[in-house]
Amino acid sequence: MTPLLSVQGLSKRYGAHIGCADVSFDLYPGEVMGIVGESGSGKSTLLNCMAGHLAPDTGQVVFDTRADGPQDTVTMSEPARRMLSRTDWAFVHQHARDGLRMGVSAGGNVGERLMAVGARHYGDIRGKATDWLERVEIDAARVDDRPTTFSGGMQQRLQIARNLVTGPRLVFMDEPTGGLDVSVQARLLDLLRGLVRDMGLSAIIVTHDLAVVRLLADRLMVMKSGHVVEAGLTDQVLDDPQHPYSQLLVSSVLQV
Amino acid sequence: MIELNDVSKTFTLHNQGSAVIEVFNDVSFRVAAGECVALTGASGAGKSTLMRMIYGNYLAQNGEIRIGDVDLVQAAPREVIQLRRDVLGYVSQFLRVVPRVSTLDVVAEPLRMVGVAADQAEIRARALLAQLNIPERLWSLSPTTFSGGEQQRVNIARGFAHNYPAMLLDEPTASLDAANREVVLSLIEDAKARGAAIIGIFHDEAARARVCDREIDVACFVPGVAA
Repeated sequence: MTPLLSVQGLSKRYGAHIGCADVSFDLYPGEVMGIVGESGSGKSTLLNCMAGHLAPDTGQVVFDTRADGPQDTVTMSEPARRMLSRTDWAFVHQHARDGLRMGVSAGGNVGERLMAVGARHYGDIRGKATDWLERVEIDAARVDDRPTTFSGGMQQRLQIARNLVTGPRLVFMDEPTGGLDVSVQARLLDLLRGLVRDMGLSAIIVTHDLAVVRLLADRLMVMKSGHVVEAGLTDQVLDDPQHPYSQLLVSSVLQV
Repeated sequence: MIELNDVSKTFTLHNQGSAVIEVFNDVSFRVAAGECVALTGASGAGKSTLMRMIYGNYLAQNGEIRIGDVDLVQAAPREVIQLRRDVLGYVSQFLRVVPRVSTLDVVAEPLRMVGVAADQAEIRARALLAQLNIPERLWSLSPTTFSGGEQQRVNIARGFAHNYPAMLLDEPTASLDAANREVVLSLIEDAKARGAAIIGIFHDEAARARVCDREIDVACFVPGVAA
């Protein structure tokens, strides 16, 4: 089987400071990978390099495109990469406000991605937008309201609807449940799990919440100071961590 | 079906003075299809540790753990995931679920993962829950609020939903009343009859005597104890 995403020797430096160094892994279709580590360990830098938001200094990010097979997205032309990020890729930001247009209605937020890939029929777009609002448990009657009138949890769910409406194959998530209260978190996790299973999505989730990765991720990478110190099956890394830092991380979780 | 060759395991506690705990040395045994083997030994002897190693949850330092044609010690994460989905079932002592998911969906999920249609999976889940005496009015609720015994029965229903060719059972009959214990033992006997290779931990001696063909004392693998 061809990996959906194959990352080879990815590095990014900020001057003398290491963002992430020599990261390599393969992600296969339908797999969910978690990336954990303390603040400043390079998780978000890595995610942004993979998603094309930051240019890595060295390395390859090879994505198995629908049309042309595996392509290195780092050296790909800007229009081709932008097309990819509108169709096969999705990016869920930690702060919903970064991923939404706050001055446009909820329906417009979802519809915009559809229009970006060529949808023009107003009725179809509105129908699909309404359908997606319901799938992420937002009342369809709110379709014409702006996200500014939504709660934080609703904004996050709207962002997810906006991202998934075009049927992407790979979703990048940066702390998708950060800053939400636990009941909303549980609901969002349940929703994400269902979507991953039903749509066969692959996902890369950056988080510092080990409970989130245990529930969502098949595989786990532990990062420290820009380096991947341990990688493996999620429950193996969490239950039998090998590296000193992973052991510290796992043993520092408060028991509820 | 399940085969261990010269498996050894150590825990290294880097943050506690780099203490190294040797758990097992040279574990070798095999379990054939249709056979049920009990792991025995005192509390803390390492029964659950060994079982988790066979599930790929704990890493072995050396040796070979073969389930069918996959060697868990060398396998890539996605091979282990596939193995657990299709071949290797595990009933742990604790139910771990996503909050808000209904009991029926929890039990049906392993079947949905192997591609069984939603309605077929639900029929099987209903049958198992009824067999394990979970009241029907609870089926649409999340098991997180259930009593300990109910959670355990939901866990067993989930573990037996798909007909895995290899199964690991960690205390499946603990904290169950006589009627439910009987149901679980008959589920194990059915699994054996269809050819599953089973490794179990049973503190209940009568249960062990009834379903198990052999016993393996894990103490003989522990360094410094066997000799």
